[in-house]
Amino acid sequence: MELSAFLLQVLNGLDKGSAYALIALGLTLIFGTLGVVNFAHGALFMIGAFCAVTLQKILTHSFITLDETKTDFLGKPLKVKTPYVEEWFGQVAGQAIIDWAVPLAILFAIPVMLLIGFAMERGLIKHFYKRPHADQILVTFGLAIVLQEIIKAYFGANQIPVPAPEAFIGSLDFGTLIGFDPGVIIYPYWRVVYFIFAMIIIAAVFAFLQFTTFGMVVRAGMADRETVGLLGIDIDKRFTIMFGIAAAVAGLAGVMYTPINPPNYHMGMDFLVISFVVVVVGGMGSLGGAVLAGFILGILESFASMREVIEFIPGINQVVIYLAAIVILLARPRGLLGRKGVMES
Amino acid sequence: MLGLSRNDFLLLLFVLVLVAAAPIFLNPFPEGSEFAQFNAGYPDLMQRFVIFGIFAIGFNILFGLTGYLSFGHAAFLGAGSYAGVWMLKLLTINVIPAIVVSTIVAGIFSVIIGYISLRRSGIYFSILTLAFAQMSFALAASVLTPITGGETGLQTALHDPRILDGASDGAGNIPAPSLFGLEMKQSWQVNVGDWLWTFNVGYYLSAFVLLIAFYIAIRIFRSPFGMMLKAVKSNNQRLSYTGISPRPYTLAAFVISGMYAGLAGGLMVAMDPLAGAERMQWTASGEVVLMTILGGVGTLVGPVLGAGLIKYFENIFSKINDNLLHQWFAFMPDGIEDFMVTIIHPFVGKGWHLTLGLMFMLVVVFLPGGLVGGLSGLYRRVFQRRSKAQ
Repeated sequence: MELSAFLLQVLNGLDKGSAYALIALGLTLIFGTLGVVNFAHGALFMIGAFCAVTLQKILTHSFITLDETKTDFLGKPLKVKTPYVEEWFGQVAGQAIIDWAVPLAILFAIPVMLLIGFAMERGLIKHFYKRPHADQILVTFGLAIVLQEIIKAYFGANQIPVPAPEAFIGSLDFGTLIGFDPGVIIYPYWRVVYFIFAMIIIAAVFAFLQFTTFGMVVRAGMADRETVGLLGIDIDKRFTIMFGIAAAVAGLAGVMYTPINPPNYHMGMDFLVISFVVVVVGGMGSLGGAVLAGFILGILESFASMREVIEFIPGINQVVIYLAAIVILLARPRGLLGRKGVMES
Repeated sequence: MLGLSRNDFLLLLFVLVLVAAAPIFLNPFPEGSEFAQFNAGYPDLMQRFVIFGIFAIGFNILFGLTGYLSFGHAAFLGAGSYAGVWMLKLLTINVIPAIVVSTIVAGIFSVIIGYISLRRSGIYFSILTLAFAQMSFALAASVLTPITGGETGLQTALHDPRILDGASDGAGNIPAPSLFGLEMKQSWQVNVGDWLWTFNVGYYLSAFVLLIAFYIAIRIFRSPFGMMLKAVKSNNQRLSYTGISPRPYTLAAFVISGMYAGLAGGLMVAMDPLAGAERMQWTASGEVVLMTILGGVGTLVGPVLGAGLIKYFENIFSKINDNLLHQWFAFMPDGIEDFMVTIIHPFVGKGWHLTLGLMFMLVVVFLPGGLVGGLSGLYRRVFQRRSKAQ
């Protein structure tokens, strides 16, 4: 295989890998802090994506005026739709705001997702700390169905396309940057953005846990919850905040994923199944493992969808992630970077 | 009797009466009345009740007794379905070989998957079974199309060999699945007053199989083997310390429950000779988990009730539409009527999944023992209060 083809597949795997890594990171955060297996995490990813949809709908909310100078095909004055933002901020600025709806949705999604996260933890998850893991799986699974159906009731069952800002439409000829012929390695701009965004979020989460006092307390709580509690620290409150942060990470992953894959109500479930495989492959409870496994499996998936590979082993693109999970779990029972004693009771 | 204690025999008798009289008491509303659409006593739905009941009984043998939560049991149901359709295509349109072979094929499948998956426990086991099921689903839908019919599914056709009884029936049509000439879709309708009762051959065959499956499940629950499985659930480690390896027991439970799933798959194609890949998808595996939880994990009769309840809601709730709601609330003032309809609207019709999700959450939160656990708790409370009063 040529080097350029190899690089292209690595790049193709990065954006899906970023999404897997972000969701798996949130799952692992929740599991590591609260010890809860959250099957509703995919739904949080989906709600994030629908935050972008909602913001776009709000921004393009329009009023209708009659343009007397033009007529429609019936000879009546033409109805012109003007979004309110264009009215308020002027046409140029207004259109720019609408164009940048997806990046703006980040600002919109953070408070929304934090709130949803807090509400979920305080309202439901809190009561399940002491229950068996099977119960946690089941109740969050039920919650995921409920969230999914609520979204379906409001937005319908179809995919809703949300475009990326115009500046990022089109592709980057990545090959020319590193000395290949033009047109060999082409990569859409938005996927570059997504990858960089994911890296920033991941770095921010790690930095938050590693370099702040709050993060230090949380890490101490992950290691030994009881002792931290005995020191007079309200660890539950901090864990609730971590749940909110994990929800926000999943939500942001969803917001930025909308231009790559138009959101629909069951996208969360589709990603959830794979994300759990990612978490388990990475090692339950290991943040680094989750990120690593996310990227590895994303890239593996993209290699398996190459034509040459499919001709060699038909159907491999459909099953490669599960196959990898089975092999890794049997060879390394605790996953890639898993620690001893997690989920082994 | 039958090697059962008195209580268990009464339970079996209860289930026998339940399934035998189902066509009658599932049709409580007279034909043509406003509520006739809540009647569940039509063959198609009743068949689904008992078939999913068998599936859930089998799942409960694994999950209820050993505590191993499998998220991939639909794969066995799917494998059984495919094997069943192939028997109907190749051998004979008689359903007996189809049902037997589906069970065996699912059993072989579950030996392989169980042997590998059971090397891990807890969530790792769940993920491994999920991975296997998703792989089977993806392969069945794409690469294995020559065997599985891909996305269109596998069904009987006119040019199938059917070595024992020929490709077509006398009139040149595709023969319908039958039991020694008695067609599965054949039913007798009885009119009693305004009520219409339908007695269907396929339903009674499935119900008969359900009774056998239920009887075997009782015997397993009460056997030393069942005790071993319960020991695995309550304390796996202590069991190992006594020098007993839990692996053979869990594997046996896994294979038995896989065969139950295959049996359900075989019955499904016996009723309707069609198998599709979506039967293997993880949502289908999730469904059987829901049924078992809703009815009551580890109870004998719970899974059957759970299966019936979910299938009933799926069929009946999804039928309710706005017109019907308006009819029901027509006695109220217009404003309140519209208000009630708006409130109920999201929960019925296409939104019945929302009801399902909510119901499921409520059961897990407030009734960890499922419906059966809740009812027996209630019974015990009432009973104890009465004995105290004495």
